Amino acid sequence: MGKLLRRYLQNPAALLGGVLLLVIIAVALIAPLVFPRDPLSLAGRPLQWPMANPHFWFGTDASGRDIAAQIFYGARVSLLIGLVATSIAIAIGIVIGALAGFYGGYVDEALMRVTEAFQTLPNFLLLLVLVAVFGSDITTVTIAIGFVSWPAPARLTRAEFLTLRNREFVQACRVLGMGDRQIIFREILPNALPPVIVYASVVMAVAILLESALAFLNLSDPNVASWGNLIGSGRGVLRTQWYVSAIPGFAILMTVLAVSLVGQGLNDALNPRLRRTIT
Amino acid sequence: MSALLEIDDLHVRLPRGADREEALAGVTLSLVPGEILCVVGESGSGKSMLANAIMRLLPAGVEATRGRISLGGRDLLRMSEAEMRRVRGAAIGMIFQEPMTALNPLRRAGDQVAEMFRVHTDFSTRQIRERVLALFAEVRLPDPEAALQAYAHELSGGQRQRVMIAMALALQPAILIADEPTTALDVTTQARILDLIRDIQRRRGMAILFITHDFGVVAEIADRVVVMRAGELVEEGAADRVLNQPQAPYTRALIAAVPPLLPRPPRQAGGAPILSLVGVSKTYRSGGLFSRRLRRVTHAVREVSLDLPKGTTLGIVGESGSGKSTLARCIVRLLDPDGGNILLGDTDLAALSRRAMRRQSRRVQMVFQDPFASLNPRRRAGELVAQGPMLHGMKRDAALAKARDLFALVGLDPSAVDRFPHEFSGGQRQRIGLARALALEPDVLIADEPVSALDVSVQAQVLALLDELRDRLGLSMLFITHDLRVAAKVCDRIAVMKDGALIEVGATADVFRAPQHDYTRALLDAVPGRDWSRRRESAILSAIPAAIPAG
Repeated sequence: MGKLLRRYLQNPAALLGGVLLLVIIAVALIAPLVFPRDPLSLAGRPLQWPMANPHFWFGTDASGRDIAAQIFYGARVSLLIGLVATSIAIAIGIVIGALAGFYGGYVDEALMRVTEAFQTLPNFLLLLVLVAVFGSDITTVTIAIGFVSWPAPARLTRAEFLTLRNREFVQACRVLGMGDRQIIFREILPNALPPVIVYASVVMAVAILLESALAFLNLSDPNVASWGNLIGSGRGVLRTQWYVSAIPGFAILMTVLAVSLVGQGLNDALNPRLRRTIT
Repeated sequence: MSALLEIDDLHVRLPRGADREEALAGVTLSLVPGEILCVVGESGSGKSMLANAIMRLLPAGVEATRGRISLGGRDLLRMSEAEMRRVRGAAIGMIFQEPMTALNPLRRAGDQVAEMFRVHTDFSTRQIRERVLALFAEVRLPDPEAALQAYAHELSGGQRQRVMIAMALALQPAILIADEPTTALDVTTQARILDLIRDIQRRRGMAILFITHDFGVVAEIADRVVVMRAGELVEEGAADRVLNQPQAPYTRALIAAVPPLLPRPPRQAGGAPILSLVGVSKTYRSGGLFSRRLRRVTHAVREVSLDLPKGTTLGIVGESGSGKSTLARCIVRLLDPDGGNILLGDTDLAALSRRAMRRQSRRVQMVFQDPFASLNPRRRAGELVAQGPMLHGMKRDAALAKARDLFALVGLDPSAVDRFPHEFSGGQRQRIGLARALALEPDVLIADEPVSALDVSVQAQVLALLDELRDRLGLSMLFITHDLRVAAKVCDRIAVMKDGALIEVGATADVFRAPQHDYTRALLDAVPGRDWSRRRESAILSAIPAAIPAG
């Protein structure tokens, strides 16, 4: 574990990603301390430019709400959606991928056809349908995002299981009389996990983007201060007061970048040999 | 005679963090025309690095730091890459261990050999074709015309190695480097390839640097021997002298670890069989869901019937594809046999459901071939051993305590239970595998090539351990191996398999002395170094009466 951490910290890009992510987490944590008031409440005159009024570092939006407060609280929403949606996607993906890869044959055939059915639909379209049907409060949106993101982790897990299931150590467990469930989840899964964990960072970045895209179309939960909602509210004044959309846009960019760099850094740290041959 | 190739004080440095600083630490040797020089050593001795250093094909991060490798007065280490390319193939040919991976799977064998001529000469297409055909005839490929058109996967292992040899010979190099060229082959094929290499060497008067770990092969082929250990030369001398009067203690230990071809004295056959196989069969069907023509049926195991008397060891020997491992996997039900009965006591394992088999699994356990692949890398050694008893209802604490006892039993330090498998050497891991199988106190232990991935000295230790445990615990064992030397050392009785069928069963001594079947005879004749072994054995046998005081 210590070796892994050391290899991770030796990689400058990964280090940068880690620091960025820590900053974003810190921002999310201190939001209520810095801005004790509801971020969605009226704060002042609408559409003030950043730094024009020392009270509002990033200015105010079209409804006179403090943009800085929304950015701080938005970090909470984005991280929360990212984490929860990713957990849902990875959990579904692992179970389906593990079963398909371990049993093969008809089970694999059936599960992979279902996975492909999901993959042929653009996931944003599917997400729109889900939100349209089940409504757009934050819980539904998060679950829906998780639900449209599982096929890729499922395929990855399946591929790992396909190579691992014929290894001698799996046969050795069989010979000891171990049941399938224990072999799948206790013996094979820990060995299959590293690439899936790395891929989770991609899922998380995409989840954050999906929520922003929904919010931009005014389809996300309007009662939470998310970055997407803020971009959406700036849409009308994009040509004159572009900062209303640009500031949350930059926040999203930084978050996705941080998560991706961390994922890449984890990948390099977990597969040191792969990295050495590339560079 | 003046040397063709002279290596003088060669040092090759390994990258930082490797288990030692230098792969080769001051190697000096020379190769004279018309000799076969064998470089022998265990894994990690640096023998393959030596070959790679001569060809200047060292892996990234590894480099020659000091010394000379001179070929005809020129130092290979100081040549430019372009000059070196002219040396490779033309002056020094090389053959590798794994002929499947050394051939490009997408190109025909004829084309790959022809490429040697296209790159290095300006022969016409027709001339090249004739040369390749002549080469294929020289390496005794059964049908040279057909071989021209064949892809690697269409050739057998031995034929692939012949194509590789043809390729290495194409430009008539004065030197051939052979890096474990027969290690991946079956014994009978190995014998034929060794015969071919010796024959070609005599006919062409080449010098061959032959790298191997197997003293049997050395005895077959070497004129001169160099023994390596940890990057240094331990001993050098004429083959006869090194094999029969080794001077260095390390060489002596290595040679003593080679099992003699002497059948062990049979133990008392313990009467009633503990395991009986009756007409066990396993067939594989492959391909062709729609077309009947493409459907292929392979009989991996045909109607095998065998008895394993209690407290004895039965060896199952055969070459790859003989079905011996399939049979073992059927007995522990990793595979489901298509027919027959597997009677363990009065339970027919072949008829049990998966669930019922799981409960019976403690009665028959298996030790696997590959000590690196058969242990879950993410579990601690003690846990791996305790897993079995825990699955069958033992409490965790009791099972872990038992694991410690078993560690001591198989000769491992009981305090090592908290380490992970990668912290153990190959031989130690195989001991963990054994402890794991023994943890369930099985009636029958099945060992599937348990020592074939190990170096000879480690192999000898593991075999001795198996022997000792069998006597102490009264184990009944089914021992699967391709190596007749190993079989002679541990088995009371031997069953020979070929193409899925059992062709001969008998007491080890009888099978070795008077084989009934032609194939058994061929297998025995193919064991490398059998003449050398016979001489050693007669020395051992004549030494025994002398050691016992008269009276």
